[in-house]
Amino acid sequence: MNFSLTLFNVVVAVIIIVAFVAMNAAYLVWAERRGAGRIQRRPGPNINGPFGLFQPPLDGLKLMAKQLLVPGGADKVLFAAAPVLAMFPAITSFVTIPFSDTLVAHNINVGLLCVFAFAALGSMSILFAGWSSHNKYAMMAAVRAISQSVAYEIPMLITVITVVMISGSLDLREIVRQQSGNIFHWNIFPLLGNSHNLLMPFSFLIFFICSLAETNRAPFDLSEEESVLVAGYHIEYGSMGFGLFFMGEYANIVVGTSLATLLFLGGWACPFGLFPGVWWFLIKVYALIATIIWIRWTFPRSTIYSLLNLSWKILIPLSLVNLLLTAGLLKVF
Amino acid sequence: MIGYFQEIFTGLWSLFVGMSISFKEFFSPVVTVEYPYETVTMAPRFRGHIDLVPDENGATKCVLCMACERACPSGCITIEGEKKEGEKKKTLTLYQLDFTRCSLCGCCVEACNFEAIDFSKEYNLASTRKEDFYFDLLKRLQEKRQ
Repeated sequence: MNFSLTLFNVVVAVIIIVAFVAMNAAYLVWAERRGAGRIQRRPGPNINGPFGLFQPPLDGLKLMAKQLLVPGGADKVLFAAAPVLAMFPAITSFVTIPFSDTLVAHNINVGLLCVFAFAALGSMSILFAGWSSHNKYAMMAAVRAISQSVAYEIPMLITVITVVMISGSLDLREIVRQQSGNIFHWNIFPLLGNSHNLLMPFSFLIFFICSLAETNRAPFDLSEEESVLVAGYHIEYGSMGFGLFFMGEYANIVVGTSLATLLFLGGWACPFGLFPGVWWFLIKVYALIATIIWIRWTFPRSTIYSLLNLSWKILIPLSLVNLLLTAGLLKVF
Repeated sequence: MIGYFQEIFTGLWSLFVGMSISFKEFFSPVVTVEYPYETVTMAPRFRGHIDLVPDENGATKCVLCMACERACPSGCITIEGEKKEGEKKKTLTLYQLDFTRCSLCGCCVEACNFEAIDFSKEYNLASTRKEDFYFDLLKRLQEKRQ
């Protein structure tokens, strides 16, 4: 009886998570295209269905109707594995991400570490895709993605350590519990909470920039720079192989913004201290996603040199100083 | 060292300026036209292919002076007419425009002393067959009359 109940729970959790990630990935494409349209003073997709809402499923159908081609000289196993690996880390990350105090698939006390361990797999999918495609553009994109991932994982993790130092926990639910209350209890404006560290807005900014780079989003989408690398790592992919890469990008954005919400924006806490719940978590996540879309359609793509300079010369030194000062402030107060 | 921080802050500030601009654009009205469903009215000086201008009765003003045919540098215009019995002047029987060679220079419109031809506002002229671009302008005029 107990075993079957556990099995039932697991199946329900998996279905909900996969559905949530897939629906988000599909409809963020729609949101992105509509947002891009509005910023460029055009309507965006609005023909299929009300407000163009049938566009993502129709795009999916169109992609599924295409032939899956494996280029000659390609490494067939890795070529097939790469698109799956693009979606996999995002879905597994959601197992430990809590949506509210009670709504979590499986809470573990090192949830934060777990999410980062899976997120690091994301760049593996790009490496596999680039390596196995037997294509120079894809190879160059893979090299770029890895150097970018190495450069931005360091400042990101250092900034996360500042949050962990303040909370004293790697449990995501515990980190949010310590921020419960109104906006001044949150880690981004820590005036009333358990820490009075005024450097946290900088931590949030560094974390946000790094999460943009980690998810290969504009202005850091160097690994799919079409003006230089044609289509980057997914140049040889058609059909749903390409579709999975595309959805994986958006799924990773949802993971990144969820993490930013949990670590800095108080998770499911209300800004006014009223009715905390899953809705506040979703509102914050989608506000951050809207900001990411807004950033994409505002800034041109940077170059690989300025991208690496930004990390090694600015973000890593600043995040190290931030870490030292945070440690000092924790000792003093 | 001061320059280092100055660069970071001016760079960051410029990012926020850019974001504010695109934020304003987001809430501005759409400027594009959804083409097959909506069309714009063409500007008064838009040059489409030439067309015969009807008089009050809807008939052509052309008197077959052949000025346009002579003025055309590419030889696009072919005009034929015949003298019907009981009429003083010739009547137009064919006014053909070879649009495959026309460069829309407008010499024919300038040459016409009777304001019988003018630029049309047609721009939906895509076709895969060459024959579709030999326009019988007299036929177009008669169709317009009906």
